[in-house]
Amino acid sequence: MLRGRVHKYDSDNIDTDVIIPGPYLKIHDHKELAKHAMEGIDPSFPGKVSQGDFLVAGNNFGCGSSREHAPIALSQTGIKAILAQSFARIFYRNAVDGGYLLPIEIEKSTVKKISDGDKLEIDIANNKITNITKNEHYFMKPFPELIAKIVEAGGLINYKADY
Amino acid sequence: MTITEKILARASGKQKLSPGDVMFATVDRVMLHDVSGPGVIKVFSEWEKKRGLKLTQIWDPDRVWVTEDHFVPSVDRISAENITNLSNFTKQYGINKHFKYGLGQYGICHTLSHEEGMVLPGEVYVGGDSHTNTTGAIGAFAAGLGHTDIAYVLMNGRIWFKVPETMLFKINGIKPDHIMAKDIILKIIGDIGTDGANYKAMQFAGSITKDLPMEERLTLTNMTTEAGAKNGIIEPDETTYAYLRERTDAKYSPVHGDPDAHYSEVFTYEIEKLEPTVAKPFSPGNISAARELQGTELDKAYIGSCTGAKLEDLRAAAEILKDRKVKIRTEVLPAAQSIYMKALKEGLINIFMQAGAVVGPPTCGACCGAHMGVLGKDEVCISTTNRNFPGRMGHVESKTYLASPIVVAASAVTGRITDPRDVRN
Repeated sequence: MLRGRVHKYDSDNIDTDVIIPGPYLKIHDHKELAKHAMEGIDPSFPGKVSQGDFLVAGNNFGCGSSREHAPIALSQTGIKAILAQSFARIFYRNAVDGGYLLPIEIEKSTVKKISDGDKLEIDIANNKITNITKNEHYFMKPFPELIAKIVEAGGLINYKADY
Repeated sequence: MTITEKILARASGKQKLSPGDVMFATVDRVMLHDVSGPGVIKVFSEWEKKRGLKLTQIWDPDRVWVTEDHFVPSVDRISAENITNLSNFTKQYGINKHFKYGLGQYGICHTLSHEEGMVLPGEVYVGGDSHTNTTGAIGAFAAGLGHTDIAYVLMNGRIWFKVPETMLFKINGIKPDHIMAKDIILKIIGDIGTDGANYKAMQFAGSITKDLPMEERLTLTNMTTEAGAKNGIIEPDETTYAYLRERTDAKYSPVHGDPDAHYSEVFTYEIEKLEPTVAKPFSPGNISAARELQGTELDKAYIGSCTGAKLEDLRAAAEILKDRKVKIRTEVLPAAQSIYMKALKEGLINIFMQAGAVVGPPTCGACCGAHMGVLGKDEVCISTTNRNFPGRMGHVESKTYLASPIVVAASAVTGRITDPRDVRN
């Protein structure tokens, strides 16, 4: 069971250039990257996040570059899961295969119901989200079979593939 | 099955695959550059530190190549040290194809992939860069991956994929000389949206696609990434084979889609109806006709990147800039050393310099806002590159318009967004 507070950025197409701008691509120290997470949209972001928090956004989160710096920077600030209507494909697989954070797909109406600062409880095993602040319940889209296994293993390297 | 499905079926030893199937595919080629390479090295060091997994050898060094393109020439000590680490890595693991800045052929990874004939029809090619899709124009399955996935491929020679649905784009008609492949792909992204092909394959066909030279086809597949596509692909034909014959004598077995292949959607474009097209800030899908934007004042014109600085792009820009002067700062950066040399031989570099533009070394630098000409606050740029997100090419309050090389060149001449027909007399 995951518990945390919501940081909401209510827009679609939050791209990797705003999640971690180009000049920082030369950096590979994870803690250093965290200082610049979401700099293109909210430079104060890293200071607001507590360990285990959630980021909520709209459609096509993480579009753009293949930079793994993006999920690394977000996870290093303390973000445990991103709840979005949809994800760009490379961001999604980087988040899962690297074991950094959980990309959770939710309905557009759910995105609307969740507010910045809400406290959520996420039950991955049962695909249920509870909004403790508002006393509401939502569904999350279940992970596809392989993704669920990689998530459970804690990343692709720990997953025993059956070729 | 479509060409994408058939390539993935062959690579996973399956007779049949359908969209949605998940499988591990055998990889034929892998690319890393000076951003993803150090990222991959970091993944290996984390695996060793946390899991005691020591990398003693990589699966097949001859199937891997490495480029120095994003932070060359080195911007500062960090980027210089990344290059050193990358060089140590390629030396240690016997990767001989390391294209180094200042040491013969080098350039932008995607440009080298085709310019050097390193990816062949029917192959599965993955690269540590989102625009790896570019090389699908050769008739290969080409997709971008992150550092963990590339590290996994270097160890195991395989990676998982979900078989994508294929969207088919048929482009027909007779191509007017004010239209380039860039206009076609911008129009398509404008129509389907920046997530219109998320998780899907975008395949191009039709009489125009067949008539386009290889480098123009590569512009189509390059920007499939901006529609969210997993891969872009074009069935190989005589144009493909002739292009490869000039570059490699490697053997390959091409794959073609079945006549009864299923496409999730089919789109048809008549090219005569297209206008020179510009994507406005801050999305590649935010398109207008160049003429609707005429009068928009610019500070800079940029002709560079894997999208817009191939030889055909430089030829097209030079045709406009010949015997004309630029009115705004104009930067031309050929996408690879070999293209730079061909442009020099054809007199294109002379045309650019006579026009007043500056010509620089191949680099991804300004396209990703890293260095070599980043934009300041409120600066407005028109560019042959592929992205115009906030801050992509510099300050978050700078603005980038994306367009074809001839629209960018025409705009450089007037200092405002300009349709090439309006400067060609």
